[in-house]
Amino acid sequence: MAKSETMKEGKERYKSGVIPYKKMGYWEPDYKIKDTDVLAMFRMTPQAGVEPEECAAAVAGESSTATWTVVWTDRLTACEMYRAKAYRVDLVPNTGPGTKTEAQYFAYIAYDIDLFEGNSIANLTASIIGNVFGMKAVKALRLEDMRIPVAYLKTFQGPATGVIVERERMDKFGRPLLGATTKPKLGLSGRNYGRVVYEALKGGLDFMKDDENINSQSFMHWRDRFLYCMDAVNKASAATGEVKGHYMNVTAGTVEEMIARAEFAKELGSIIIMIDLVIGYSAIQSMAIWARKNDMILHLHRAGNSTYSRQKNHGMSFRVICKWMRMAGVDHIHAGTVVGKLEGDPLMIRGYYDTLLDTHTPVQLEKGIFFEQDWASLNKCMPVASGGIHAGQMHQLLTYLGDDVVLQFGGGTIGHPDGIQAGAVANRTALEVMIQARNEGRDIWNEGPKILQEAAKWCAPLKAGLETWKDVSFNYESTDSPDFVPTTTASA
Amino acid sequence: MMTNLGNRVTQGQFSFLPDLTDAQITAQIKYALSKGWASSVEYTDDPHPRNTYWEMFGNPMFDLKDPAGILMEVNNCRKTFPNHYIRVIAFSSVRGVESVTMSYIVNRPKKEPGFGLVRQEGEGRMIRYTIHSYATDKPEGERY
Repeated sequence: MAKSETMKEGKERYKSGVIPYKKMGYWEPDYKIKDTDVLAMFRMTPQAGVEPEECAAAVAGESSTATWTVVWTDRLTACEMYRAKAYRVDLVPNTGPGTKTEAQYFAYIAYDIDLFEGNSIANLTASIIGNVFGMKAVKALRLEDMRIPVAYLKTFQGPATGVIVERERMDKFGRPLLGATTKPKLGLSGRNYGRVVYEALKGGLDFMKDDENINSQSFMHWRDRFLYCMDAVNKASAATGEVKGHYMNVTAGTVEEMIARAEFAKELGSIIIMIDLVIGYSAIQSMAIWARKNDMILHLHRAGNSTYSRQKNHGMSFRVICKWMRMAGVDHIHAGTVVGKLEGDPLMIRGYYDTLLDTHTPVQLEKGIFFEQDWASLNKCMPVASGGIHAGQMHQLLTYLGDDVVLQFGGGTIGHPDGIQAGAVANRTALEVMIQARNEGRDIWNEGPKILQEAAKWCAPLKAGLETWKDVSFNYESTDSPDFVPTTTASA
Repeated sequence: MMTNLGNRVTQGQFSFLPDLTDAQITAQIKYALSKGWASSVEYTDDPHPRNTYWEMFGNPMFDLKDPAGILMEVNNCRKTFPNHYIRVIAFSSVRGVESVTMSYIVNRPKKEPGFGLVRQEGEGRMIRYTIHSYATDKPEGERY
């Protein structure tokens, strides 16, 4: 391994002019990682002629203390400590000369905990993704994973409610929760909208949900929606004897307006509200604090994330968003379905789910998890699987996603040929019969379709549902899959 | 009578399935044991969705590892309260969970009266909702 070329301190280091980042102290291959360091791993595509170590040092420099030139004012500070240190660079397998892709590198960077303000995703991200993605020295850059030290995690509230308490409040255990998004997304009046909510909840779903872009438009203002939906929720609750909910989307132009809408949802007795990722990190943290204070479950729709998380060479991995959102304090986040209409490689999605649900995550390169993460007793965040899934895939969903997930069957409920209640009955029956079979020790991966057909003999709505969606699947190749050096060990 | 598809309270993991047989209950008990979870039997005559604390038919069976023994407790409870709601609960004591991990109904009254929804009109269009358990119109012990 290359030796550090840092000119440590003194006159030489601080002569006016421009010297490589590598020599300014941002490349330290022999750096000893501290338990309290924030670690980040970037996938870099350096510009032609920029050597990978210099590129990594530039990323470390620009995401911590550096500017493009030497400044003497560094010498007034404990600058050695504040400098981020790039400590490791690996060539990404199947990139570089002889392959179809230009050379990419995994660069590991350590940041001292004192660089960050506690309880502020905004401050953390202003450093880590603030400037570096536009730097000329990198052609493309992607934040793949982060290790957040326990000491820093402890400054965050974490999920307002968490999976365990959500289940206790809802009295629903031992199975995934079921939900659906009201469709069509736009255009229904409050009265018509509430009809869909009532039918689906009475039929057997646990939750209904606003879509990300349902806020307060001319066809349905928010108060109307809240009032009709709560009538639907309570009526369905009385019809079934179960606790039910509708995610009231309180997303609005200002935090003040969101709080006002959330307060109204609370007055009406809603157990859950919803926000969109596009409201911004600080707004999300504010809403999470409000939610904890007001016994409210907080659902987050990841609206907008694919603009920066989907491409493999630039942006950031969704697992990092998962990490930040668990810290920021949301209770639900959309995290992929594997089998539905939206992007997702099975192992990568499992990595997102683990990130949201584990109390301790070991390094698992095949899932794209590059760092060990102790979650420091932060609550668990419930993953939500939504988009193009239906009852016929129940055995696959249960195998891939496990019990702690909200399965959202929007079209798969509302599009049922015998009506919305029948659609909900089909989904709930398929779920219960699959949980029962799995618990009995049956091989649901292989026997799943047979188990569903057996149940369809006594459950007519399930029979009709299976028939309607029997040929629906979304088999496209994933744009994002894990790359890793097989010899890499858990020492990082 | 309840008007949902099964005309029944749908709490728990398996209320959309035909009533569980003893063999099926035993399979679920075995699953809980295989995970290291303690099972417990609870009963009530008020299945209100927010009636969290059903009566305990004895403590959770932390030390009983024999599924037949646990099923015997289920059946003792059914014999004692043939017309009550009875559920089996499983608990995990693992850090990060420390809560209920399974809950399924194994007995119910012959006739399930269900719930009424009471709407109290408030200011403007505000409504306060109360879910009323019809069973509780009668005193405890005389409900089914």
